[in-house]
Amino acid sequence: MVDALIEVAGVEKVFSVRRKAGRLRRVREEVRAVSGLDFTVARGEMVGYIGPNGAGKSTTIKMLTGILVPSAGRLRVAGIDPFARSGTGGAAGGRLRLARRIGVVFGQRTTLWWDLPLKDSYELVRRMYRVPDATYRANLERCVELLDLAPLLDVPVRQLSLGQRMRGDIAAALLHDPEVLYLDEPTIGLDVVSKAKVRSFLREVNAERGTTVLLTTHDLTDIEQLCHRVMVIDHGRLVYDGDLTGLLAAGEGERMLVVDLDRELPPIDGVPGARTVKVAGPRQWLAFPAEASAAPLVAAVAERYPLVDLSIREPDIEDVIARLYAGGTATPVAGA
Amino acid sequence: MADGVLETAAPRTERAADAGGRWAVVVHGLRTYRLLVWMWIRATLAYRASFAMTVVGNFAATALDFVALLLMFSRVDVLGGFTLPEVALLYGLAGTSMNLADLLMGSMDRLGSRIRDGSLDTLLLRPVPVFAQLAADRFALRRLGGITQAVLVLGWALAHVDVAWSVGRVLMVPVMVLTGTAIFAAVFTAGAAFQFWAQDAAEVQNSFTYGGKAMLQYPPTVFAQDLVRGVVFVVPLAFVNWVPALWLLGRPEPLGLPPWVAFLGPVVAALLCAVGGLLWRRALAAYRSTGS
Amino acid sequence: MLYAAVATGSFRRYATYRVATAAGVFTNTVFGFIVAYSYIALWDQRPHLGGYDLPQAMTFAWTGQALLAATSLMSGGGIAELQDRIRTGDIAIDLHRPADLQLWWLAADLGRAVLQLIGRGVVPLSVGALFFELALPDHPLTWLLFLTSALLAVVVSFGLRYLVALASFWLMDGAGLAMIAGLAGTFFSGMVLPLPVFPDALAHTAQLLPWASLLQVPADILLGARTGADALRGLLLQAGWAVALLALGRLVQSYATRKVVVNGG
Repeated sequence: MVDALIEVAGVEKVFSVRRKAGRLRRVREEVRAVSGLDFTVARGEMVGYIGPNGAGKSTTIKMLTGILVPSAGRLRVAGIDPFARSGTGGAAGGRLRLARRIGVVFGQRTTLWWDLPLKDSYELVRRMYRVPDATYRANLERCVELLDLAPLLDVPVRQLSLGQRMRGDIAAALLHDPEVLYLDEPTIGLDVVSKAKVRSFLREVNAERGTTVLLTTHDLTDIEQLCHRVMVIDHGRLVYDGDLTGLLAAGEGERMLVVDLDRELPPIDGVPGARTVKVAGPRQWLAFPAEASAAPLVAAVAERYPLVDLSIREPDIEDVIARLYAGGTATPVAGA
Repeated sequence: MADGVLETAAPRTERAADAGGRWAVVVHGLRTYRLLVWMWIRATLAYRASFAMTVVGNFAATALDFVALLLMFSRVDVLGGFTLPEVALLYGLAGTSMNLADLLMGSMDRLGSRIRDGSLDTLLLRPVPVFAQLAADRFALRRLGGITQAVLVLGWALAHVDVAWSVGRVLMVPVMVLTGTAIFAAVFTAGAAFQFWAQDAAEVQNSFTYGGKAMLQYPPTVFAQDLVRGVVFVVPLAFVNWVPALWLLGRPEPLGLPPWVAFLGPVVAALLCAVGGLLWRRALAAYRSTGS
Repeated sequence: MLYAAVATGSFRRYATYRVATAAGVFTNTVFGFIVAYSYIALWDQRPHLGGYDLPQAMTFAWTGQALLAATSLMSGGGIAELQDRIRTGDIAIDLHRPADLQLWWLAADLGRAVLQLIGRGVVPLSVGALFFELALPDHPLTWLLFLTSALLAVVVSFGLRYLVALASFWLMDGAGLAMIAGLAGTFFSGMVLPLPVFPDALAHTAQLLPWASLLQVPADILLGARTGADALRGLLLQAGWAVALLALGRLVQSYATRKVVVNGG
């Protein structure tokens, strides 16, 4: 952890909500949205932040952007404490300084100006973030090229499709060279082509510029294709922090080896570490632990059976996570 | 995103933000306000015919109150002891200041709905004070119609009131307009701060802005003493026009205050703006800690 | 019945906007004071202006504030939503519903108006009665006539606003017409100043226009300027305008519907 860009230590957020109790009476109740949150993200990492609705994802993102003040704990992003009262600009100073260093994209809400053409929105971003001319031109050119924005620049944002708008939003979030990019559901509601375009762009930004990326998503393909590290939050607590393979193991995930033999045979037997779960004609399904390697398994089958073809099915991650949530026993894995 | 851009750009912008401290934040806020306003004006002018019609409509809507006054004066010679030119002076001053403030920051009343739909958060993400972004939002150039109407009435009134004009009295007119605009701007700010905890209560603000304007366009003698006292001491709207205009017209102060009170307008306006700003900061800070 | 359910639903929906209602009541009350004091100054000079004595003038001022929200004098009321649906083309969906468009929106508007008549009317009128001497009727029958008149005011107001909304089928930007309609409604209803205070010729004409039904007629019934046969004539005038405007609305609606069917929305 030489260069930690995001440092979160013991962060907690408690909301006081008024709940209906009877026709007129309201009672105050404390709701712990996030508690005991501890993690660091190194510069250049790409981290998936997942969890069910209401688990505390948005609350975390809001605190990391400086919008929402934590109830307890410490938090630094790019070396800035967004909630420091001292310093320039009074109470808002930390947030305003942090704003220049981060980029934020909300999948369900645009940060662009609804009635203005896309390029006017970018011009506003340039002036608001005081982006140097050369940087702005280079970044815009690059985004326009990679995200196919050229035909959209003169179109008012309200006339853009969801996928076009999302691409426009992502570009807007990157014009000022942010060190961290937060993406809240960046692929929600997008068609397959737009999703692929967004993903490959994010991969490129992360690889070439070393931009740190933290993304929340419901689409686990996003995680599979983009993130080496996954953090899972549930009921305001981090229940998992590690790589995808580990998550699968923690969720007792299994992969499936599907083999086609040259004729119908009794269930395959005696292959260590695997069990046959289904037979249909010459095709058989063998389940094995997600974190185990498939190679020795394939070798063992090929040695003793007339193998024609084979494929490996990845486990359904949603099932894995559902199991993780349901169990509630998953032990947080420290570090990545 | 050429190599090395990241390394050079980030420290530079940070230095710029740190250099002037709070003052730099204010200047950047004002610049952004100007920029956003300009963008909205351009967007508005893209539809000329529609824009022209809304300006005329705005002119007519604000003129209704004056038509009411004219109709009243078609039946009476004085109202509360004031002649038509005198009442028109009060009307013109209240209208010009209030409509100016409305033009400059009338969109603040959309704060409540922005909190409800979550779009306030996108403003908080930008490195510019939220206040500047909100005030400029949907800048309504059509309000020039109302301003024009009030200025015309003010001009007519100034030409017809019985005042022994001196340099001081002439100077008092622009001072009154600026003071009034600042006072109403402070009211708009306080109203916006109020919406942080009562998001559906945007209309309460109208009581003090549009309601204030409606009240100030009549002479103070029309109202009960307690009401006048409230408008002088509690929500000091009286400094928009009543107090200084009565001095201009050579009439006694409404509450029998000493004559030098007439010159306190700018001080009162500055104080009100400070209070409004403080309320705003408090409310925003509270919003950032409760998230609702 | 379907339309009763629509009206009840609309009533309930507006009943949930409690804070907004409270804010509106506050504003109506503040304006009530301002208008009342300006009338006091006026009637102080001309004690029987427009045939009203001072308590009657005070009653007029506060009735105006009490009815303002229900009759949607200055805004589109719920009808703004219809205008939006026409503009966006969603109206095509409504036209395929097995319900009559006009009756549907009328029911919804009545539900809203009844809620706002209570929610935004009672408090300002009570505050007015507390601080000023009002000329409120003693006889329950007069109150009943007033409430009938207030409901007819809502229907007439709906008839006008519905026409404005339907105009969006032909106009690119319906905002201009809505603005003009709002101004006419404010001025000719008596909201700016009671119609009898207008110059005589203007006053006589204005009394016959549909907008008089929005405030002038119900207020006159409440404050006792229209009694007996005169009150009934007032109600008849309102009913006449209500029927005429609703009929005109149907006619325009049938043209608009044909347009949607032909153009496919």
